[in-house]
Parts: sequence; C-alpha cells; structure tokens
Amino acid sequence: MTPLLSLRHISKSFPGVKALQDVSLDVHAGEVHALLGENGAGKSTLMKILCGIYRQDEGDIIIDGKTCDFHGYQDALNAGVGIIFQEFSLIPHLDAVDNIFLGRERRNRLGLRDRPGMIREARHLFDRLKVSIPLDCPIAELSVADQQFIEIAKALSLDARILVLDEPTATLTPSEADHLFTIMRELRKQQVGMVFISHHMEEIFTICDRVTVMRDGEKVDDCDIASTTPDDLIEKMVGRRVENIFPEHRCDADYNDVVLDIEALRLDADGPEHSLKLHRGEILGFAGLVGSGRTELAMGLIGATRPVHARISMEGKPVRLRHPASALKQGIGLLPESRKTQGLILPFSCRDNISLNNLTQFQGALPLIRRDQESRTAAQLMASVRVKAPSPETPVGDLSGGNQQKVVIARWLGHQCKVLIFDEPTRGIDVGAKSEIYALMKELTARGVSIIMISSELPEVLGLCDRAAVFYHGRIAAELQGDDLNSRSIMHHATGGLSS
Amino acid sequence: MSQLASTPGTARQSLKARLARWRRTPIFYPLIGFIVVFIAMAVINDNFLSGSNLSNLARQASIIAIIAVGMSLAILTGGIDLSVGPVMALSGTIMAGLMVAGVPPSLAIIIGLLVGAAFGAFNGVFIAFAGMPPIIVTLATMGIARGLGLIYTGGYPISGLPPEFAFFGRGSLAGIEMPILIMIAVYALGYVLLSHTATGRYLYAIGGNEEATRLSGIRVSRYKLLVYTLSGTTAAIAGLILTSRLMSGQPNAGVGFELDAIAAVVLGGAAITGGRGMILGTLVGALLLGVLNNGLNLMGVSPYLQNVIKGLIILLAIYISRKRTP
Repeated sequence: MTPLLSLRHISKSFPGVKALQDVSLDVHAGEVHALLGENGAGKSTLMKILCGIYRQDEGDIIIDGKTCDFHGYQDALNAGVGIIFQEFSLIPHLDAVDNIFLGRERRNRLGLRDRPGMIREARHLFDRLKVSIPLDCPIAELSVADQQFIEIAKALSLDARILVLDEPTATLTPSEADHLFTIMRELRKQQVGMVFISHHMEEIFTICDRVTVMRDGEKVDDCDIASTTPDDLIEKMVGRRVENIFPEHRCDADYNDVVLDIEALRLDADGPEHSLKLHRGEILGFAGLVGSGRTELAMGLIGATRPVHARISMEGKPVRLRHPASALKQGIGLLPESRKTQGLILPFSCRDNISLNNLTQFQGALPLIRRDQESRTAAQLMASVRVKAPSPETPVGDLSGGNQQKVVIARWLGHQCKVLIFDEPTRGIDVGAKSEIYALMKELTARGVSIIMISSELPEVLGLCDRAAVFYHGRIAAELQGDDLNSRSIMHHATGGLSS
Repeated sequence: MSQLASTPGTARQSLKARLARWRRTPIFYPLIGFIVVFIAMAVINDNFLSGSNLSNLARQASIIAIIAVGMSLAILTGGIDLSVGPVMALSGTIMAGLMVAGVPPSLAIIIGLLVGAAFGAFNGVFIAFAGMPPIIVTLATMGIARGLGLIYTGGYPISGLPPEFAFFGRGSLAGIEMPILIMIAVYALGYVLLSHTATGRYLYAIGGNEEATRLSGIRVSRYKLLVYTLSGTTAAIAGLILTSRLMSGQPNAGVGFELDAIAAVVLGGAAITGGRGMILGTLVGALLLGVLNNGLNLMGVSPYLQNVIKGLIILLAIYISRKRTP
C-alpha cells in the first residue's frame, strides 16, 4: 500500500547548522505517527518543511504518490496538509464559525455573508469530531481544549488528510487530552493520517501506531509502537554523544554553604509549594520539558511575578524579593529566556545595554553619569566575556545571538552577584559560542558565584550541572545528583515517571 | 606621492564616516528640514529675518516648546500625555485666582506649579501602578482638568493681576525676553536629565524594551510616575508664561496644544513608539512649527489654509525621516 505521505531523504541546512540530514518518514492513511526527539533534534524543522514554511535543500515530499513542490504554507494547505501549532492562529474576539471560515466566508446570492450556511457547515464539522462547542461565543471565552478542537475543525474544513499536531497536549488537562485522543481515534477511522509530536511517553503509547525517533537532525529509528518500550525509545532519543563542548567537569560547589534557601515558594493559590537549596559555587540545573514551570519558578523567585507566599533566605538571612530590583540588591540576577524581548534593549549600543543596571556606579557627587568611566567599565566587561563587536558603540541588534547573550551576561558581571539564573542560555546559539558561554559559567562558579541554569537540552544539563531539579507539570518531581544525574533518569522524571 | 594621495582620501573618508554617524542620530533630518523651511521663509518674506520678528517667533513658540519637553519624556517611554493643555489652563487660572485673592505672586506661582505636578502625578499613578494605557488615562484626565479649571473660574477669565506678575510673560533679562529664557532653561534641564543622568537612560530603556528594563532590576513604575509628574510640571510652567503674558487666567486656554506638542516631538525625530528621540530635536521641532506659523502669517496666508499646509508639511517631514532613518 502506498503511504499517504512520504518524506524522502530530506536535508536542510541553516547558516552554520545542519538541521536535517537525510530524514525519511512515511505516514499511512488512518495512522497516528509519533515524532519523538529532544528539543533541537529537528522535529519542528521537518514539520515546517512539510507545511511549506521552510524549503528543503534536498529530498522530496510525496503525497498520494505525487511529488509536491511547496513554495509556501498555502501550497501545503491545498495539498491537504493541516498543522495545529502550539500557539494557535485563531482570532480571540471572533466566534468559532467566523474563525473557521476566516478569509473564505461563504456568501449568499446577494454577496453577503451566508451565516446560516456557515453555521450548518461548522456544525457538520463538529459532528464529525463528535464534540459540541458553542458556535456563537468569542473563542477567547472557550477553554484551550475547545480552541484546539476548533483549529482541528478548521484544518478539516480545508480538506486536510494529513494533520500535524505539534505538542497539542502541552496546554491541556489530562481529561481534555483524553477528549483529544477520542477525536484523534475518530479521525483515524476516517482515514486521516496524523503526525503527533509529544514528549509524554504515556500519550505516545496510548494513541500512536508507529513512531519515528530523531536525534541531532537525523532519523535514528522507526518502528511499530507495539514492538517497543518507553525505555527503549528514551535510549534512542538520548543516544551517546560527544561532549567535548563542555569544560572539563569540576565541581566548585561547597555543599556546607547554602547561599540561597527557598524554604517555601508558592506561585498560585492552588499550586504546589516549592522548596530548594542552592549552594555556593554550585550549578543547579532546572531540567524538564518546555512549559513544566521552570521559568515561572525563577520569575516568582526574583519577584518579577508576585508569588502567593514566599519564605526565602540569602546566606542565612531572610529576604523579601518583591521586584527584580530588590533581587538585584540581594545579589540575584536573572538572564531571561528570550534575549530579544526580555533581555536586551535592541536600539541601545552594547555599552548602554551593559551599563543599564550599573549606571549608579558611575555617578560622582552630582547624579551625573561619568561617560569615560562608563565606557571604560563597559569595554572591560565586554573583553572579560569576549564579546566580538566592532566597538562598544555598536548597536546590540547587529550582533550574533551568541554575542548578544554575552552582552546580557556582561551586564550582570558589573555587580557582585551571588546568584545568577540563566534561562535557556544557549538557545539559538551556535556550538562555538555555546562552548564559550559554558566556560564563562564555570569561571563564575570558580569565583564563588552560584548558578541556576534552566535548560531543555539534556546534554547541557549533564555536561555542566552539579545537581538538577527535574520539573514535571509545575512541580519539582526529583532532585538528582551524582550517579543519579543521567539522561535516563531525567527523562524518566520529566515525562511523568511512567517509563520505568 | 602615495602619502600625498592617501591623506586627503582618508580625511574625506573620516568626514564621510562622521556624516554617516550624524545621519543616524534622530536630530539629523529635523535639523535639515528646519534649515530648509527657515531659508525658504527668509527668501519669501523680507521682514522674516528682522531681530524683532525672530524674537517674536521664539516667544510665540516657547509655550508649545516647553510643553513639548514633558511630552518628549512621555513619548520617549512609549506613552503620551493628552492632558497638557487643560493642565496648563488649570495651573494658570489657579495662579491668577490666588493672586487676585491677595496671595503674594511668588507663593501663587509655586502653588500653581505644584498643582500641575500633582495633576501629572495623578496621571502617573494610573499609568504606572494601575497599568492603564497612557492614552486612555490622559484622555480622561484631560476632561477632568478642563472641568476643574472651569469650575474654579466659573467659566470666566480672571483678570486684575498685580502688575509685577507681567514679568514672566512680558519682561526680559539681559535683553532676552523671559519666555525665551525660561524655554532655554527648561531645555537645558531636560537635556541634562536625558543625556547625563541614570534616570534619563532608564527612560530611553523603558521605551526601548520595558520588560527587559524591569527584569534588569530597574523600578520602571517609579520612573513612569516621574515622567508624568514632570509633564504636568512643564505644562504648568507654560501656564505661568501664558497667564503672565495675557495678564489674565484663561480657563479655556490651550485647546489643541497637546497636538502641537506631539507634532513638535515627532517632527523632532522621536519615535512615537518610544525609545528614540532627543530633547534638542524636540526644540527644533517646536521652532519649526513656530517658523511655519510666523512665516505663513507674514505671507498673509489665510489661517484656514495654514492648517492644511502645516498638516501636509508634518506628513512630509515624518515620511522622509521614517524612510531615511535606520
């Protein structure tokens, strides 16, 4: 039987990175195909090629035996590919019907919107999915699950026969996820082929027929779900790796000296109470899947969001962190996840970005900034983290991702920070710069700075951290150290502990 | 030989580089526009360049120019202050009312300025701490300020001010008219604040990326409160000059001044979305508006047509600067 969809020998490079190398994938009609791999393994790139958003360098996309040539998302839609992104593309103020028919409204003979006709069609679509969704209320008032079902209905209304679901359950409650699976089974009966991306082993073994495992841009294996086990899949996902981009492992932590003691931190009234200790010179990893609550904990810790309840002490003394400014005063800094939207002032030069929270150091008797002193310090800091920029006056937006990250790091080095929180410090950075940033972090711990590193990349956690807290669904599922700190146990706890 | 040949070449190149750097500053195109319009007006009108006319021009422009300093701060942080015109009128009428009631002028002026600052702070509390959009907050308080001024005066101008009060609008010091001197002083303070203090840098940072600024440990709300307080204060200073110039407290003064002030800021090269602009650019923008008003008046252009011409020139100026600036 010819597969409904066949991706053949797909390769794709981005400047400096080989994102995909000779990946093939077959999906048959009525099959749910799991696509499994760590962050950065190439799943998203592969799916974006399937949807016409990127163009492959080599290889073919074959649908129903016909080779397709996609020049954009629209071409993929016309060929019967639908994708449900993690972030929805619905208009929150419009109702379900208007969203489904956005841009291709049905018209009556007078050329006006044929709303009754569209309502009929929408109802038919929802019947097909066996869901009931209110048709005339703004979708912003519906649950995330309902919005997702509307996305699916919209894809089906475009005659999609291949449906890509990119981590659809990440934002759903377990019962909503069950409902989604019911819908997927229904679609399976209707011979729709589905690609299902998820990190949750439990879900993959519940709903999928086949699985393809990817690692570092290559296909590692594909097999029937029935013939494999969760442990086996994790083994293939993680693999063995070259780890020479990490500095030689050397533990700078002094486990008799607690720098930051989160005795109790509760972010939501009904959320769990976190407690955690950070020692001097330690690198503590926050591992877990995207959306597992790591960033939220860090933001609550420094007072960027208001926790419901917090009992925190620094070096034995209780502190109240109500604002990032009070955290800074206590010597805690956070380098946020998104450099461009949360870290840098893009119109500013490197110098102005670095001195942003150091300016008061350059004041004399009058509250005026001494420019020469500011420039000198900024230049020193830039040199100390090895920012490659033509001059300190260069707009920070002109630098590469790695150098931008170094500018953010330099900003915090101007303070005598005791704790630095790095949120995904190497996202979107090439390997060389990654390795430099790792080396910088080790230099910091050698000077007695303690680091919390939030990372979704397993090798990073393993290569750098002395200890790791593994998050799952908003709580710390485990703290791992020593021999327990290995990829299998992290994945085990990060995916809900089902895979043992 | 090669030495001789290369020297002028490098000199030219460094000049080119300096010019390129100049062109990147927000003030470059506004300044060129100002010079072009200024020369055009001087060519068209014989009287334009006379000392008394230029002095007139600067004095007439001073009120909008001073309001535009506070407006620059608001726009720089990504906000706006629509309440400046009514706040100016409110402060001015309160000064006038107090003086008529027998309060010494110096105390009346201080109270009037504090009213402006307090009203600005009132705006700031809603914007900075309640997180409401500046355009909505100041639209609402614009009506409140106007209403308070009308209630205070009963809707009539307050006249009969002590003659020594005329100094701020009609007097001069060292041969320079007071409104112009006050304008220069306000701009000097604004320049020092924005270019030489940490606070000024934070205002640019807030406009450039508020979230990043906050996460860097800067108390963004406090600085926003400061911005609107200062904007209320500059409006009150403008109210002082206007009331002194007219020698009466006019509750209906300053209608549409917020739009002129916004025009001055934007003509001065500031980004309406915040993060980019220079205080001296705003001065150039305000003077450019002044030159247009003055020149078109001298030419005897009908006031109705003046509005159309001014609007078109603003559109053209901003179109050019947006296209050219990186």
